[in-house]
Amino acid sequence: MKNTHNPPSDIDIEMRMLIEAVYLKYNYDFRDYTGASQKRRVLAALRAMECGTVSELQARVMHDPAAFAQLLQFLTIPVTEMFRDPDYYLAVRRLVVPFLKTYPSLNVWVAGCSTGEEVYSLAILLHEEGLLERTQMYATDINPDSLEAARRGVMPLDKMRLYTENYQKAGGTGAFSDYYTAAYGGALFDRALVEKVTFADHSLATDAVFAETHFISCRNVMIYFNRRLQNRVLGLFHESLCHRGFLGLGSKESIDFSSYAQRFEPLAKRERLFRKAGT
Amino acid sequence: MTPVAAPVAVQSPPDAVLSAALRGRRFDAVVIGGSAGSVDALVALLPAIPAGFGLPVFCIVHLPGDRESRLAELFAERLPVPVREATDKAEIVPGTVYFAGPGYHLSVEQDRTFSISCEPPVHFARPAIDVLMESSADVYGPGLVGILLTGANHDGANGMARIRARGGFTVVQDPLDAQVPTMPVSAIAASNPNLILPLERIHALLPMLETNES
Repeated sequence: MKNTHNPPSDIDIEMRMLIEAVYLKYNYDFRDYTGASQKRRVLAALRAMECGTVSELQARVMHDPAAFAQLLQFLTIPVTEMFRDPDYYLAVRRLVVPFLKTYPSLNVWVAGCSTGEEVYSLAILLHEEGLLERTQMYATDINPDSLEAARRGVMPLDKMRLYTENYQKAGGTGAFSDYYTAAYGGALFDRALVEKVTFADHSLATDAVFAETHFISCRNVMIYFNRRLQNRVLGLFHESLCHRGFLGLGSKESIDFSSYAQRFEPLAKRERLFRKAGT
Repeated sequence: MTPVAAPVAVQSPPDAVLSAALRGRRFDAVVIGGSAGSVDALVALLPAIPAGFGLPVFCIVHLPGDRESRLAELFAERLPVPVREATDKAEIVPGTVYFAGPGYHLSVEQDRTFSISCEPPVHFARPAIDVLMESSADVYGPGLVGILLTGANHDGANGMARIRARGGFTVVQDPLDAQVPTMPVSAIAASNPNLILPLERIHALLPMLETNES
């Protein structure tokens, strides 16, 4: 009786081979991403790219870099909004900013910045707190198309109502509409917000720490990673953060299951703000 | 080839019929989905879970927006087993009732932990029943029981079909018994469920799920 053992299905075998091929050929490491979500996104790519099987998709990706660029848009998850979870930004304002104000210059890292919604949100917040001028922000992602979109800073106009609402709930002190102009069929955000932002290709799965930072915001990125990769990333953050530096995560994320659970202390539990524990 | 039994569309089959339908099967997990009217349905259904129940039960109902859910709290007071909101990367503990939280899809991973995701809504829903059912079916195969209750959209139909395709056991609330029949009707059309039962009979079935070893 093969009762308790479910052998991997064909598609699970093909998935593993595809991800391995992508790693060996293009050096994008998705091997420690969680399986269920990755599988859904590969299946979506199958349909969009009109491949009958994952193996067929793999063959195309292997021999055609343009096909890989297309697949990459599915493997990464550019779903985000400005001031998502307003309570998070409110807590950053109330609990983190007072500490940040004590530093003469600041390094802030938005890890896995996707198409930049969080970068512009934080830049607005820092501007309103008088901190933007002395802040060097690093916005990193592995998806070059997302980084390009983040650099451009053009958001869909039809989102502005929601973002305005979020901004107000997040403790915004100005008028949200002052930060963008309607242009190029979208809302073009003020270039001054990102004047000192470095948008850079950086992989949390394979790259190392590049700067000492005071605050890292990495929201809804590690939910796509398995525990091993989550540990690696928390290790990077721990190394990058200055003494007693701050870390912000997505509203349903947990570090309880990682080996770093004791090395960050909660600052605001519900808003998922942590502080590097003193040694 | 194992012959597939025709769905039993009897209004209220007695316990003997239910246990016959389960004969020879052994389960590892239960997933229950619903939408409009399903909180009331769960209030009626879940107390059927006895203390010491051996299977994990994943519950997912559509909730408006990203609002905080109090379902886990609500049921913790009413059930004799542990009730939790399913959290990212947590190990699935048998005998625990889990609720999908708002704003994120919930999946089960091969190592029998939960994962959450911000992928776009499915059938306007996040969490979506399809996402949880499909990922659970991939992990538990024939060991999974899928139960779909009242609801006003088509979420869950693909999930129930996947559970069936992987050899799992599926039960749909009788549309005549459901507060809103759309979801059961759609799942029946898509998945040819093992059983179509009124809520009261699903209530009778639930405690049998862990005792039908052959």
